[in-house]
Order: sequence, then C-alpha cells, then structure tokens
Amino acid sequence: MTAAIGAQPSHPIDPATGPQDEGRTYAAYHRPWWFRTFVSAEFLIIALLVLVWLVAMTSVDNFSGPLTVRYLLLDIAPLLMIALPMTLIIVTGQIDLSVASTMGLSSVLVGILHVQVGMPIPAAAIMAVLVGVLCGAFNGFLVAYVKLPSLAVTIGTLALYRGVAVGLLGTTALTDFDPRWTDLATSSIGESRIPAIMIPVVILIVTFTVLLHFTPFGRGLYDIGHNEQAAWFSGVNVARSQMTTFVLSGAVAAAAGVFYTMRFGNSRGDNATGLELEVIAAVLLGGVLIFGGRGAIHGVLAGALLIGVLSSALRLEGVTVNVINIIIGLLLVISVLAPTIISGIQQLRSRKTQRKDTSGRTGTGSTSTDPSPSNTDAPPVPATAAPQESAPIAPPRQ
Amino acid sequence: MTRDESPPVLELVGVRKTFGSVTALADGSITVHPGSIHALVGENGAGKSTLIKVVAGLHRRDSGTFRFRGADAAFNSTAEAKNAGIAVIYQEPTLFPDLSVTENIFMGRQPRSRAGRIDKQAMHQEAARIFARLGVTLDLQRPAEGLSIADQQIIEIAKAISLDAHLLIMDEPTAALSGVEVERLFAVARSLRDEGRGIVFISHRFDEIFSLCDMITVMRDGAYVATTPTSETSNDELVTMMVGREVADLYPKDLAPIGEVVLEVKNLNSAGNFHDVDLSVRAGEIVGLAGLVGAGRSEIARAIFGVDSYDSGTVRLNGRTVPKGRPAAAIRAGMALVPEDRRQQGLVVEASLARNIGAAIRRRLSRFGLITAGIENKTAGPWAGRLQVKSSALSMSAATMSGGNQQKVAIAKWLATDPSLLIIDEPTRGIDVGTKAEVHRLLSRLAGEGMAILMISSELPEVLGMADRVLVVGEGRISADLDRADATPEKVMHAATARHEQSRQEASA
Repeated sequence: MTAAIGAQPSHPIDPATGPQDEGRTYAAYHRPWWFRTFVSAEFLIIALLVLVWLVAMTSVDNFSGPLTVRYLLLDIAPLLMIALPMTLIIVTGQIDLSVASTMGLSSVLVGILHVQVGMPIPAAAIMAVLVGVLCGAFNGFLVAYVKLPSLAVTIGTLALYRGVAVGLLGTTALTDFDPRWTDLATSSIGESRIPAIMIPVVILIVTFTVLLHFTPFGRGLYDIGHNEQAAWFSGVNVARSQMTTFVLSGAVAAAAGVFYTMRFGNSRGDNATGLELEVIAAVLLGGVLIFGGRGAIHGVLAGALLIGVLSSALRLEGVTVNVINIIIGLLLVISVLAPTIISGIQQLRSRKTQRKDTSGRTGTGSTSTDPSPSNTDAPPVPATAAPQESAPIAPPRQ
Repeated sequence: MTRDESPPVLELVGVRKTFGSVTALADGSITVHPGSIHALVGENGAGKSTLIKVVAGLHRRDSGTFRFRGADAAFNSTAEAKNAGIAVIYQEPTLFPDLSVTENIFMGRQPRSRAGRIDKQAMHQEAARIFARLGVTLDLQRPAEGLSIADQQIIEIAKAISLDAHLLIMDEPTAALSGVEVERLFAVARSLRDEGRGIVFISHRFDEIFSLCDMITVMRDGAYVATTPTSETSNDELVTMMVGREVADLYPKDLAPIGEVVLEVKNLNSAGNFHDVDLSVRAGEIVGLAGLVGAGRSEIARAIFGVDSYDSGTVRLNGRTVPKGRPAAAIRAGMALVPEDRRQQGLVVEASLARNIGAAIRRRLSRFGLITAGIENKTAGPWAGRLQVKSSALSMSAATMSGGNQQKVAIAKWLATDPSLLIIDEPTRGIDVGTKAEVHRLLSRLAGEGMAILMISSELPEVLGMADRVLVVGEGRISADLDRADATPEKVMHAATARHEQSRQEASA
C-alpha cells in the first residue's frame, strides 16, 4: 500500500477479518502515457496548428517575416484571454455569449472616464473591470441562482451590454488617449518581437490552468458539467461555482476591452463586435465538449492560436474578412460535430459488445427452464458468469 | 380452479425477464378468470410491475408462457396489447389536459360522420352511455385539466370500456385516492367484474384487497409464491408469504456495542414530503428506515444530509447543529450519504474511478489549495482495494461498471470522508446476491467500529436482517419504532400499510 497522503483511510476496516479484505492494488492508468498524450483531441489540434503554421511559413508570402508573430499575438491577445474563462464556463455545460459586448462596454467606459471625465488610465481601467465584474455577476446570478439557461440569458445580455455601450457613446469614437498607455499596449518585451501584453496573458494562462486542473474548484466544474446532481450530492457548491465562472468571464472580458482600446487608441460602442464567436470557436476547436465535462487549457490555447494563424495567413494572402469568417464558422461547426460523431461511433461499438454480453447472460440464466423461442439465438456460454447472477433480485426500478 | 367452465382471460406461466445481469422477473405466473378481481401482492421489487409491463406490451418476456383469452400472445407494443383488449390503469393517469373528458376517452379513434369529420354527437352519446353504466356523473364537456386523480382514473376506465377491454389491470390505483373515491372506484370495479371482465388489482393495502378481491396471487423476489382464494387466507398469512425466506447468510449482523447519540433529528418538517420526524442514531447502531416506496424515506434522508432543504426542525450531529440545505457542511460535520440512484446522484459515472472516490474530500486532499491526479490516485487506490472494486485501473470510468461494482465505488467514495454517520439509501438495489452479502458484511463491520448507520431499504428482509432498530415511515410520518427483537415482518408491514389515522391511534395508544 502507498504511504499516507491526505485523507488516507483512517477508518480502519480491519484487514484481518476476511479474505476479501486483502486490498488489491490498481494501476493508475489503463492506457500508456504515449496513448494518453498523443491520442487526444488536444494533441490533434496541436498537430493541426503545427501543420497550418508550416504550410503558411512555406507558401504564404511574408508570413515568415519578422512582424507576423508580433501582429499575430497582438491580434489574438483578447481572444486568448477571454477563451480562458470561457473554457471554465463551457466545461460546466454553460456558455457566455455576452463577452464581446462586455468588451465593448468596457472600451466605452475607459474612453468616457479618461477622455471626458479626465481620470487617469489605470483608474478608468479598474472602473471598467469592476463594471465587467458586475456584467458577469448579472449573468451568473440569472444562470446559477435563478436557474435560467445560459444560452438565453447571455444572448439577452449580449444585446443589453452592447446596447448600453452604443447608447453611451452614440456613433462617435473617442481617440484622445494618453500616449504613454497606448504605446505601452503595443510595445514589445525588450528587444524581442513578443508584445508586452503577453506578460499578463501568460500570467492569466497559468492562473486558469491551475484553477481548472489543479484545484478542488476546477474538479467541481467538470463534475457539474457531467452531472450537476451528483456534483451537488458530493458537496460541490454548484451555484457558487457557476457564479464564479461568469464573474471571471466578465472581469477578463472587460480587461481585454481595456487592452483593445489602448492598442487601437480608440473607444467605440461597436468595438470587438462578434468576437464571442471566435472565442467559442477557439474553445471548442481546442477539444472542449459543448455539453460540458471535458476539455483542457492547452487544447484551447492551440485552438486560439490556430484561429489566429489561419486568419493572419489568409489576410496576407489577400482573402477578405468575410471569407475568413466563413472558414472560422466552418471550423466551429466541425469542432462541435467531431465529438458527437466520435461518441456516436463509440456508442455503436459498445452497444454491439453489450448485446453480446446480455444475450450471454440470459443464456446462462435460463438453462434450467425450457428455452423460449425468443431466446434461441443466445449462444451457450461457458460457466464464467457467477451463478448468483441468475438468482432473483429486485429490478432497478419499480 | 373454481371457474374452469370458462377459459382464463390471462394466463402467465414461468415468465422470465432480465435486464442485463439483473433478473427482474424469474418466474411470473398468474391466472385470471373472467368475472374475477384478482389481487397481485408482494413487496417492492417482487416483480409485480415487471409482470404487468410484460402483459401490457412494454417489455418482451425472455421466456415462459403468456396466454391471453386462450391464445398465445406476445405484444411488441402497448398499442398491440390495447387492441387485443388489455387496459392498464396506472397510479397517475396520463390524459391530455386541454381536451375534454369525451375527447380523452376517444383519443385517436374518434367516431367519424359521413363527411369524414369527427361526429361529436355520437361521441358524447357513447361517453354518456359508458358513464351511466359505471354509475358515475362527470361533466363530459369539461377539459381534463384540474380533474382529481380519481376522476382521471375513471376516465381511463371509461376508455378501457369503450375499447371493450377484456382485462383491466390497475396498478396501485388507490395510492392517491381518498376514502370516498376508493369506494366509488371499487363500485366501478365490481360492476365490471359482474360484466364478466377480468381485473388485476395491485395494492399494498390489505384492507382493500380483502374487501374487493376474490383471488390473491403472491409474488416474492421476482417469482410466483402462491395463489389462494381471498376467503381462505388471512392478513398474517399473506404477510408471511410475502416476506418469508431464509435470511441467515445474506444478513450477517453482529451485535455491536451501542454508544453515544450521533445523529439527532428533531421535529423535521417539509410540506408535502414528511412531517414531525424525530429520530436518533447512536454510534455502532444500524437504524433501518422501512416503508413503502413514496412514503417519504428518501426525502427525509436527503433533508438530513442537506441536498434538499426543509421547512422547520433541527438536525444535530455529534451535538452540533448541521446547517440545512448544504451538503458540503454536512460532509464537513461528518455525514455521508450513499444515495438511492447511484448513476444520477451517487457518482459522476463519466469520470474516472480515482476522481469519483476523491470527489467528496477534495478540499481535505489539497495542499495549499492544489490537488493533483497523483494525490487522488494514492487515496483512491487503497479504498478501491478495500471494497474489492473490480477494475483494471483507477483511470477507468464508472460508466461501464456493473451495478454492484458502481455501488462499491459509491460506498468507497463516502467511506473516504471518514464519516461518523453513514446514511445509505437502498444499499443493495439492483445488485447481485454475492455483492449484496458483501455490502451487508461491510455495514455490520462499520457499525462494529462505532459508525452510526441509517439504512433505508424497501426490502423488508434486509431491514429486519441488518437493523438494530427499525423505524417505519408511512405517508411521511414515522409510524412505528421497533427494536430488533420486536421487529417482525407483520408489524412492519402493518405500520407501513396502515392509513395515517390508524397509525396515529397506534402511536397514541
């Protein structure tokens, strides 16, 4: 037996009382490490990302140029940021469609507070993030406590937050920002071509990876996504967990809105319109199951990068934004379909094996009585099944 | 065979039905003659419902003889059974709420006029004729919505008559009826009997069976036990037939020293579920919560553990009040609940064995707020081993495991929380006999080590075999508190089936 870690069984079931107490040991995994690593949705998308990158490097003019990585990362920074809390939300089986509208609202607030009210940028940014928290909390309250479907709630707040953003500023754009901050937003780390924004983005990535994969909270999110009732029975605070994910989503979306405003030096009500689709596409491409319960951060990062590389390469090829949107839309549909098709195939296979199994058992059970006509196709089964299994017991449901 | 002049309307011999590895019906046998009301009795899980479902065309039998009106029958759907002349009236009828009473009776086969339109007049005349025959007055034009369950059942019966059903099966029709409504239903049933139809009547209430039925068939553990005319048997004899069996090996109960009070529930109320529940469980004690399905036992357990809230009352564990409606707080206080439905409540079946076993103790397992697969595996391994979970690796999901194996995982998950009180709801439902005995041995051993155990079970032998004390729940109240020595099947069944008024009298006497 292993050494005590955490709650090693302290309720002793005396090992001396019976042969069935001889503890057996278990392998940790039923698949070897390479199988787990390489046969996964995440690895598939990473491989696809590498492939697309290589193709772009060799066949797209200027893609291998020095500025590509810089603009690519600047472009997808908001996408990368928002995809993180979106992953948490989709893992629980919910969705947040209001993130781009929250970004727009945050952009407008920073503009108004800085340009019109005269607040310094950091103060305006903090105010905008706080409003983002409120936006997320409103979504979270309706989903977690009022128990409304998140699809309906956030499609409503998508319109609501965008409406407020556009209403506040009308069709005007505020551009008179403190140049120190707009320059900072597009600056690079030292002499490299990596934009400085990647520092907070990487911090966020590490934080969300730990949160989802290495905390009780993160474990609970998967449970909620699989089976909310069982999660609640295990002591997972379902409502509070859901609330937390939506608040995180609102806060990160607002922060991304602040960056977006600084990067383009431009505060408008329609900033980042439609970005929610790219975010959701990145998350689902990254192997997160739309029904919840499955997914990992590294897959999502690859999904976001794939979308970034694709649009950057296509743009360099002179493909219009509409065509790029069509491609991203197709990718989204495929990524939603893929797991459904795979699990459909798996179900078909397991049903086949199950049928074999059941008919086998029935065969053993009815050996003593006369075989019925409906049961003649059951093959005779060697006496591997426990004889008790044919003893009469209660059905699972009355 | 008292009525052998006419062939039986329904004849089942040795009918067998299995679901995977679970045998729901091993030997279903019943013979119903026309002009007879035949009671089908047995404990929960005795196989009555499965037998009815085979007859109604919901399940196909695996083997055995099924004759209807003298001819071999095998129905592939409920529609086929209905067309052949079998009508089933369930506890809760399913009518179309927006349609009128008449329309509900003739749903899907409305009489047509020559122009091909629905002949409303003919429909109403026919409906009125049926209700006159039943001796029931009901507004035929009103929508079904808002009708009492009793009236809805009458509509189902009217439907059966309009179909000219030869066999009428009533599955616990009186469970939700008041005394007057029961009388009216019985009057209707008797008049149908006098018309020469066969009726199968399922009920847990002996007084009803003795006043209505002329024959009784008893089932136990999915098998036929006996058929006797009502006039030649008694209440006690029936109970003995329903529950009697060898229990020695299956219930290895050791008497453990009983310690301090661990769980104390005072005056717990939840409107519509249970009322004035007082109970206590001591260390080393197994308290059985017996009663019929739907009596409120699981609801009480769920409220104690906090997955459901309650209206008033207190729950104290080891002297401390447990806040209501918060399972996490109950777990911290030292409570564990192995729920009734392990696939929906007990486990996240899609998740791995290791994650499931660690699910209720993640905060305890984490270091500086962090938890890793390594820690989970180290904890889960020994627990899986102790419960002899059959699995090749800790990363296997619980989804494909057998019921018994899943139950072991669920128990391991909750024992890992190191509880002082274990609530276990239907510990052996749907699992094979070998695992059953294993679970019972485990419960006995845990009690011996000083754990307080509250066990809910619909299987009377399990309750009587394992419990130090039996609390009987009837219609949301605790209607009897019996010591192991006093707890006989008869007493428990009486307390569980007695109507509320009677149980109150018994309690005050």
